[in-house]
Amino acid sequence: MFGMFRSLWQYRHFVLSSIRNELVSRFARSKLGGLWMIINPLSQVLIYALILSNILSAKLPGIDNKYAYAIYLMAGLLAWNLFSEIISRCLTLFIEQGNLIKKMSFPRITLPAIVIGSCGLNNILLFISMLGIFALLGHQFSLTMLWLIPLTFIVIILALGIGLILGIMNVFLRDIGQAFPIIFQIWFWFTPIVYPENIIPESYRHWLVLNPMYAITNAYHQVLVYNKAPNMDSLINTAAIAVVLALLSLFLFRRASAEMVDVL
Amino acid sequence: MSLLSVQNVGKAFRTYSAEWKRFARWFGLPLKPSEEHWVLRHISFEINSGEAIGFIGQNGAGKSTLLKIITDTMRPSEGKIQVKGRIAAILELGMGFNPELTGRQNVFHAAGLMGFSADQIQQAMQGIEEFAEIGEYFDTPVRTYSSGMQMRVAFAVATAYRPDILIVDEALSVGDAYFQHKSFDRIMQFRREGTTLLIVSHDTNVIKKLCDRAILLNNGVVIKEGVPEQVMDYYNVLIAQKENATIIQNSNGGRTETIAGTGEAVFSNIVLYNSEGKRAKLIKVGEPVELHFTVTVMKSIDSLVLGCGITDRLGQMMFGTNTWHTGQILKNAKEGDVYIYKVAFVANLGIGSYAVHCSLVENHTHMYKNFEWRDGTLIFEVVNVDKEFFVGCMWNKMHFEIEKK
Repeated sequence: MFGMFRSLWQYRHFVLSSIRNELVSRFARSKLGGLWMIINPLSQVLIYALILSNILSAKLPGIDNKYAYAIYLMAGLLAWNLFSEIISRCLTLFIEQGNLIKKMSFPRITLPAIVIGSCGLNNILLFISMLGIFALLGHQFSLTMLWLIPLTFIVIILALGIGLILGIMNVFLRDIGQAFPIIFQIWFWFTPIVYPENIIPESYRHWLVLNPMYAITNAYHQVLVYNKAPNMDSLINTAAIAVVLALLSLFLFRRASAEMVDVL
Repeated sequence: MSLLSVQNVGKAFRTYSAEWKRFARWFGLPLKPSEEHWVLRHISFEINSGEAIGFIGQNGAGKSTLLKIITDTMRPSEGKIQVKGRIAAILELGMGFNPELTGRQNVFHAAGLMGFSADQIQQAMQGIEEFAEIGEYFDTPVRTYSSGMQMRVAFAVATAYRPDILIVDEALSVGDAYFQHKSFDRIMQFRREGTTLLIVSHDTNVIKKLCDRAILLNNGVVIKEGVPEQVMDYYNVLIAQKENATIIQNSNGGRTETIAGTGEAVFSNIVLYNSEGKRAKLIKVGEPVELHFTVTVMKSIDSLVLGCGITDRLGQMMFGTNTWHTGQILKNAKEGDVYIYKVAFVANLGIGSYAVHCSLVENHTHMYKNFEWRDGTLIFEVVNVDKEFFVGCMWNKMHFEIEKK
């Protein structure tokens, strides 16, 4: 495990240049380039806001901004977007890089590191553009936003854990790559992102605790919509799950990376 | 300890009846794979610093797998590999090049993939640019490159830093003739500076010319290791080999004679006559000579083709042809028949020691039926008696005319 991080440090230059290259090649020969990465989730916000705001806005409690629902949507999507981008890229990471893995000798751990770096960068860009929109909509900022830093870390660790485990298994069992987008879609709708949690019937609401993403989107909502510190108890649970999954994924990664080359 | 030590290495590809068994094995459950397919077994050799080793073998013999294990992209299923120093491979040139990035950016990236720091890359950058010699293209996106240009850049990065071990695959042919020479020179320079070369090739001449030692792989095991010439002869025979064929190698005045074949027709006598019609071991440059092959048919065969040629002391073919190409195929040779083939040619050869290569086959190649095959038979010397001094492996009268203007 320790050796893994040491070789990652040795290859830090490669990781950084890969992240930069990804960004550069995204801008190459496209006028808006990397902006598409932001336009995509923002248009999603716009669609939900237009279609659902009339149905749902009345039920968003404790806030009187008429754009409250749009802000709520953006907060949730900021978290979900990072989460889903890391997982979906990790899912096909080893298959896509199969050629490189088979033919070059380099620390494999750099591959997920590149994913995290580039998804993290996208998320920062998305966040900055959301801040601009918040300002336009007349939403208040405060220092509670600093909470986003640890929150982002938890999302990354959780997504990395899940993504790597699935990505490794996907190399051997390609059904996982097919099945996961469906499960992911369901997961998205079972997490209060598009709707406020209070529309879930009281008797079912306690089930939400089982969803590790609930604590995270909830925390994002607290911080970005209500300017309040997040609920620590559920967050610590999620963080613990994230760390356990991440450790498990690194363990699997070590075990599997030799065999991965054989079947790629 | 040697530079590279391969000890009893084996590689098996394992398949499981269900994938969950594979997953469960990572957690230490003692489940057995449903099938183990060994592609390499009991491979051991030592390579010292400054050596050049050729790896040969038919497709699927395990060469690539072995190299992948040596370069550490693949892990062996058994055995141990110890490497001292850095390995570089010219196997997959241009791996990971991004077409949208410039040559320079790709060089940065590729060198990073090799594990070099930003400083080290900056230092080598100018050298890489100069070596690739693609001018202003170096700062334009790689998608605008011709494939040759891309190869030039890729080769320049791959060899920007002298490795302790350099693995060179098949194609030593990078780009155009000019660049091929240039890249070859660089490889040779590395060798002089002490880099060990591991060369994979099907090209007999490359192996004979470059390597000190050759390793022949067949079906995942090392079947022959030694002087390139000897191993290559063995390899050629192996290709030609059919069922019940036998291979004999015996030493013949410092050179090894290899005889193989199924034996339906055999050489019973091979003699070289000089221009005076006498048996000779010493031939003058430019002398008309005759080779007589006595062939005995041991079993009736439909068709018989005799091939022969002259090889130099490194085993490189000087010239040769067969009776299929000359339209003299013998049909329906009966058991007990004896034929004498008389082959006349002029020994326009350079000074040195030569050997006769000859074969009896059914058709125009030795891939079909190979009755007998001899490499390194009948050694003779070519000496310069009556010609002016010349260099090279063949003699050709050069006529000089000098005019003063």
